[in-house]
Amino acid sequence: MRTMRFLLQKEFRQIFRNRVILVMIVVMPTVQLIILPLAADYEVMNVNLAVVDRDRSPYSQLLLSTITSSGYFRLVGYDDSYDESYKRIESDQADLLLEIPAHFERDLIRSGDGKLLVAVNAINGTRANLGGAYLSSIIQRFNGDIRTALLSSERWPALPAVQVTSSNLFNIHLNYRLFMVPGVLAILVTMTGGFLSALNIVKEKEIGTIEQVNVTPIRKHHFILGKLIPFWVLGNVVFSIGLLVSWLIYGIVPAGNLALLYAFIGIYLLCVLGLGLLISTFCETQQQAMFIMFFFMMIFILMGGLFTSTDSMPGWARAVSRANPVTYLIEVMRMVVLKGSRFSDISRHFAVVAGMAVGLNSLAVWNYRKTS
Amino acid sequence: MKRFATFLRKEFAHVLRDRKTLLILFGMPVVQILIFGFALTNEVTNARIVVLDMSNDNTTRRIIDRLEASRYFDIAATVNDLSRVQSAFRSGDAKLAVVFPNAFEKHLAHDHSAQVQILADASDPNTSTTLTNYVGAVLQDFQQELSPGVTMPYTIRTEVRMLYNPQLKGVHNFVPGVMALVLMLVCVMMTAVSIVREKEMGTMEILLVSPFQPLMVMVSKAVPYLLLSIINVITILLLSVFVLRLPVNGSVALLMAESILFITTCLAIGIFISVKTNSQQVAMLISLMGMMLPAILFSGFMFPVENMPLPLQVISNIVPAKWYYIIVKAIMIKGLGFREIWRETLILTGITLFMIVLSLKNFKIRLT
Repeated sequence: MRTMRFLLQKEFRQIFRNRVILVMIVVMPTVQLIILPLAADYEVMNVNLAVVDRDRSPYSQLLLSTITSSGYFRLVGYDDSYDESYKRIESDQADLLLEIPAHFERDLIRSGDGKLLVAVNAINGTRANLGGAYLSSIIQRFNGDIRTALLSSERWPALPAVQVTSSNLFNIHLNYRLFMVPGVLAILVTMTGGFLSALNIVKEKEIGTIEQVNVTPIRKHHFILGKLIPFWVLGNVVFSIGLLVSWLIYGIVPAGNLALLYAFIGIYLLCVLGLGLLISTFCETQQQAMFIMFFFMMIFILMGGLFTSTDSMPGWARAVSRANPVTYLIEVMRMVVLKGSRFSDISRHFAVVAGMAVGLNSLAVWNYRKTS
Repeated sequence: MKRFATFLRKEFAHVLRDRKTLLILFGMPVVQILIFGFALTNEVTNARIVVLDMSNDNTTRRIIDRLEASRYFDIAATVNDLSRVQSAFRSGDAKLAVVFPNAFEKHLAHDHSAQVQILADASDPNTSTTLTNYVGAVLQDFQQELSPGVTMPYTIRTEVRMLYNPQLKGVHNFVPGVMALVLMLVCVMMTAVSIVREKEMGTMEILLVSPFQPLMVMVSKAVPYLLLSIINVITILLLSVFVLRLPVNGSVALLMAESILFITTCLAIGIFISVKTNSQQVAMLISLMGMMLPAILFSGFMFPVENMPLPLQVISNIVPAKWYYIIVKAIMIKGLGFREIWRETLILTGITLFMIVLSLKNFKIRLT
């Protein structure tokens, strides 16, 4: 017990002496939580639209004003030919192009059949998809409006109609930030914990101070624990700062139990720190440890479902994401913070992450050699 | 010249000796391409939904069959109580619920109108919007089938054409992004660390007492990473052409030239970081947080820059990765030539020269 106390004293001193680490713990989460959700805004607004209006009729004008007043589109060009508008897409000025052919209004009224062309710069998948979908639904609505206007005088037999009403639960205003902030916080906790612990033992190796530790009667698991506990505390500090920031700036208050969140973070941190320490015992230089950790972090974050849903992945990728601790943290964060999930809802997550934590830490202790 | 060659040999030996890092360096682009190319998609498929069918008649069963058949949905459960829907959302077992009220078929037949209620777990807004639209489309189709032969008058038909990327594959965004990211990582982080390491280990003194110009020290540090990065660019291009089937539409030579320009930019930034810092950890953190993160955020590869608030859009202009990303996209996917991208090239060149001058000015030949 006394050994542990001295070890911890040493580790904490080293951490507090290092300004950079302190800055990283306090400033980084704050700045990132402010910037990332602002940047990672997938709400599709202000799609740039170029219009080729070759009809220039009252209807084409009406359609355009319907589109611009929807708030999703910004008119960046009003051209006479397709080529002009196409140039705008080529130079990235416009995302979408709408062509209203000549005699659009006449055809629609006389033969009941109007044609429109929408061309989408589909390099940006999400934007194209949603922008195109919005435009189509606006045209559809416009179509419905003029149809009722034109048909009001005539009689039309009633067709069976399925009325669809939809409601959005948990996030009624469809605020994308509400979705991103818990996910970003999960990533932040993972990165700080992972990188700090991965670099730690390696640094002692590289500088040579590990020899001094090795010649003392400190046991292997004492040494690992001494490295683990300080970073575990730091991870919790980062998490708390993150929760505070998301409350102050975004007004996000976890819908679920706060104690449940902390319990999960506690176990999760053990798992991430274990991975960091394991990498640390494998490497000889900080550069190496950094790169290997970066490699894993990259895979974890990309496969963790922060940006793209894990359900849409092919089978093998879904299996990988099931073996990824970050997936579980992101899910738990979103479930507890947004939906108020209870322990019974996330017990499986607890079990899996606890298992990973035990496995990784045992490996780290086992792989740490006191002799070189 | 002979001296320079000796120094180069030393640097190469340093780089090539570290097998684990090398493995990661070459493995990284491969893994990234595979993940981006095959695992990540913006399309929403296989979403788990629950059905609450209070009517349980022929019509609702036909609609449910249609939902089941769609590749967008997996019907996770059929429940008979609204509270079960709530708990399915809370445990993450479902993202959307379709609710049919009592006597659905009867209403449809007699009143020509029946209600379907969609409840979506909107904690993920884009997915919930997309799924709601998909269910709407399935119902629309079904309705059309109920009254065959009748077409609505005054119909506007919209033809939607997807330019450049008809299958809406993410690859088109990701490959240029991965190139920018990997180059950034290799050049900035590796060079930043490599000079600082000499300072930290004390070997810097040996370099300083040698009859060597600061510029030569920097160049010899940079050359091995330049070569590694070129190999990485070639690997990524080969993978994208042969594995992802994403051809290079423009000139390959131009693409390589622009890549070398961007690599130089990154190397210059890396050297600047290493000149200004004194410990490896600081150098790594600065290159990771100060360079990698902005590169991911502001290059436009994962997040649309147009959506960002104006201050962030302005900041994005000083991120070199953004310009390189635009260039690669223009050459690879749109097949444009130098005439369309000279502006971006000029900006990158400017940033590079600025960073080189800055590093030379800050290089200290005395230890404090």
